[in-house]
Amino acid sequence: MSTRELACAALVLVAAGCAAPARVETPNLGRPATAAEIAGWDISVGPDGVGLPAGSGTALKGAAVYEQKCQACHGAKGAGQPNDRLAGGHGTLASKTPVRTIGSYWPYATTVFDYVRRSMPYTQPQSLSDDEVYAVTAYLLQLNGIIGEADEMNAQTLPKVTMPNRGNFVIVYPRRGR
Amino acid sequence: MDGTRRRFLGRALAALAASGLLTRRTNDAAAAEPPDVPASMKSPGAGFNDYGMPAKYESKVTRTLGRSQPGTTGSGAIRTPLEALEGTITPSGLHFERSHSGVPDIDPAKHRLLIHGMVRRPLVFTVDALLRYPMVSRVHFIECAGNSQLLYQPTPPTLTAGQTHGLVSCSEWTGVPLRLLLEEAGVERGGTWMLAEGADAAAMSRSIPMAKALDDALLALFQNGERLRPENGYPVRLFLPGWEGNMSVKWLRRLKVVPAPIMTKDETSRYTDLQADGKALMFTYPMEVKSLITHPSHGMTLAGAGLYQISGLAWSGEGTIRSVEVSSDGGRSWLAATLTEPVLPRALTRFRLPWRWDGGATVLKSRAIDDAGNVQPEREKFIAEHGTNAIFHCNAIQAWSVAATGEVKHVYA
Repeated sequence: MSTRELACAALVLVAAGCAAPARVETPNLGRPATAAEIAGWDISVGPDGVGLPAGSGTALKGAAVYEQKCQACHGAKGAGQPNDRLAGGHGTLASKTPVRTIGSYWPYATTVFDYVRRSMPYTQPQSLSDDEVYAVTAYLLQLNGIIGEADEMNAQTLPKVTMPNRGNFVIVYPRRGR
Repeated sequence: MDGTRRRFLGRALAALAASGLLTRRTNDAAAAEPPDVPASMKSPGAGFNDYGMPAKYESKVTRTLGRSQPGTTGSGAIRTPLEALEGTITPSGLHFERSHSGVPDIDPAKHRLLIHGMVRRPLVFTVDALLRYPMVSRVHFIECAGNSQLLYQPTPPTLTAGQTHGLVSCSEWTGVPLRLLLEEAGVERGGTWMLAEGADAAAMSRSIPMAKALDDALLALFQNGERLRPENGYPVRLFLPGWEGNMSVKWLRRLKVVPAPIMTKDETSRYTDLQADGKALMFTYPMEVKSLITHPSHGMTLAGAGLYQISGLAWSGEGTIRSVEVSSDGGRSWLAATLTEPVLPRALTRFRLPWRWDGGATVLKSRAIDDAGNVQPEREKFIAEHGTNAIFHCNAIQAWSVAATGEVKHVYA
């Protein structure tokens, strides 16, 4: 870089210090990401179902996955122990001893799929197939009485599941409501 | 008393001894007094170290581990020993840690950051590339949303200041303003949120408002002058000044610009604040104004009546600390403490006040006020407003009782 270019870059930096949105010169060192690269990494699923993969599962199939992969930490039928309880607790949130489970607390069914796929089983995250994640998600919803044991969960049906506690969240951003 | 609890108390006592508040002289100390010349002056000292460590006499000043989730070793939190520290910067080795599935071992040469979603140019960055971008340095605290949650309990925890409130630490963070990278990628109209995801085994993820990302968010690469510690996000973490700690996603590998929140597990089932009526507050991002007295504090014993300096920490995720008031009579009267310069926005602020203890039983409290006018509430008022189920975002006033014996304890008063 010549002295003149250096001076120009410095001027841009000075300007940036005066006003927030002013443009700072940056080196453009990111390389373009390909669609295949993005597809390999993009595992997030929104409440509208965007990001849900192909595949499907039912609670009937999910029970076997759960018993094999989840039960050691979360107990039979999501009863909890040694780790978090996943089922029941309905109607306890306003009591002195609230029980927060998928059924009593979680506002979106898509979150179950997203979280199980990215983080579970604890010792082998991202090891389940998409069909297995759909199936275990269906099982957890069925344990909580939200869907039936033969209801198929897939990219179309899962976002349509209404969670019982959905209406009890108060979004305070950007205004502090507390 | 089980072994864990015993070790816990042993460490706490050692930390108190190191803090100087337990002033009983030992025979060893007496031996260094004049007129004897100390042994350290009669032979050459030790040589040099590649990487310096604290004095061996301070080896008991350590973090306190809460319990990791059953069957796990890295899913939990470890707390900063606030009562054993002074000033405002937390040594990196004592910075608190909250991890959701352990600390990943990431080779920076193999780490990549992907920016995609509603952008004109999806981009992949290496860590070496990030290191060439214009950087800024800022001193900020980071606080876990669940810090101080023991104050929701019906009885005061019999734990030190750090064991109760040590999920807050303060560092100088250096990194690239996130805005610069988002400008290169070109955020499309309607891209009002951003999913941030870590490269840990939890693939920890949170939705971040684009307004914050474009305002003061950093891609932090350095902490207190050196590269990030592994447990604090090496080689690169998101840093959102003032906001609940888990949103500053560690080991950052992916930013996806989206039109609405993704509603991840950690912004729905966790880090939402259940109120007494069963409703839950969601997206409670800034950490509220808070303070606590660290000297003296629970577990210490004052060595008789006389002059002491009350010292403590104050901070607010919603601005700069404007004042801290201290009461030495249980809240009947308050005096303004001196704030130690520099007083920085969204940074730990040290307050100090001389206090002449008359030897009688009393209660000490501190109350912080920030420049947005937020006032730290009394615990009774806080609980009346929020109930006891929220787990997160507790900023109630901390009270310490001082007995005539000099013993300092946590009380609700």
